[in-house]
Amino acid sequence: MSADGGTLTTTGYIEHHLTNLAVCADSAKVDGVCTGFWTFHLDTLLVSGILGLVVFGFMALMASRATAGVPSGGQNFVEMVVGLVDQQVRDTFHGKSALVTPLAITIFVWVFVMNAMDLIPVDFLPTALQAATGNHHLPFKFVPTTDPNLTFAMSLTVFAISIFMGLKVKGFGHFMHEVFAVPFGLKMAPVNLLFRIVEEIARPISLSLRLFGNMYAGEMVFILIALLGIYQLPLALPWELFHILIITLQAFVFMMLTIVYMSMAAESH
Amino acid sequence: MNINATLIGQAIWFALFIWITMKYVWPPLQKAMADRQAQIADGLAAAERGKHEQELAAKRSADALREAKEKSSDLIAQAEKRAQQIVEEAKGTAKVEADKVVAGAKAEIDQEVERAKQVLRERVAELAVAGAEKILRKEINASAHADMLVALKQDL
Repeated sequence: MSADGGTLTTTGYIEHHLTNLAVCADSAKVDGVCTGFWTFHLDTLLVSGILGLVVFGFMALMASRATAGVPSGGQNFVEMVVGLVDQQVRDTFHGKSALVTPLAITIFVWVFVMNAMDLIPVDFLPTALQAATGNHHLPFKFVPTTDPNLTFAMSLTVFAISIFMGLKVKGFGHFMHEVFAVPFGLKMAPVNLLFRIVEEIARPISLSLRLFGNMYAGEMVFILIALLGIYQLPLALPWELFHILIITLQAFVFMMLTIVYMSMAAESH
Repeated sequence: MNINATLIGQAIWFALFIWITMKYVWPPLQKAMADRQAQIADGLAAAERGKHEQELAAKRSADALREAKEKSSDLIAQAEKRAQQIVEEAKGTAKVEADKVVAGAKAEIDQEVERAKQVLRERVAELAVAGAEKILRKEINASAHADMLVALKQDL
């Protein structure tokens, strides 16, 4: 808890931890809070971008030095992660695509490192940042995956890629035929279309809300534990250990479902 | 929880990272991994081949050894046989030679005996004639009795 001279209540503390550092590009403000669409969450954008640049920069560096001979420690590590993802893609996706494996690698690695920010105790980085900027009310969320904007951005991108892949692999005619004629045949075209739309909309929503919900809830538990003062010590550790499992699992699930959606888009029903 | 323009920014980040992975991370790693896999497979195949070749060589050497042993025992038997043959031949030759020598010696002995007999006969005849001459000095003529003496010599 940041020492702020009694002005901070429990509710205030929790709210503060769940508030994004927002910048409004339009003038839609209510009580100093941005409400318009053209609002940017600087914390989400910065943390996810910096993490991505660091890990993908590291991976690209390791890949550029990659040799077929005995791999260095870093190359070996990157190869292990990439090989794990590639194995899942091979097992699930049977088509040919230069995009699916890189997409799956990006999702797994990026979501994992963003989720892993949750393992840093909730007050460390915000307090450090507040001390650095001198603004003791500066809100800053360090776990980008607790922002639905990020999870929706990812799931909608995956959705767009899957539509694009369906069109590319099957061709426009076949794709349209599948939209209108599956599963009940051409006579029931409107029903088929409705089913298809529901199916296609449900996917990105469930994909993004699953990740968001898990991470948001996990973060919430960390915040609540942090409120317990000295008693947080025996509680934070087990939750932290358990959370290692959750962050890995959520990254894996997001990646796996993406591969499944891609393979469904590329295969005929 | 409100959806706003952050979504666009995140989609751009996401696209950028997908692009980085697609262009700079996955292809070189995939190539390195595939190359290493090929190298390992080649190495294993070579080891397998070497093992097979070694087995073949061991079999070949065992064959050669057995053949050489057979040949050498053949040669030894042959040599033994030949040696026996030579000994046998030598024995035969020696016997023939010895027989020849013995026969020659016998013939010589016989000749010598004959010659000695001849000489003895003559000597006996001479002695007899000389005795008779001494006894019958007066009335016996040597030449007149020569025929008789010759006949006598023949009888001896």
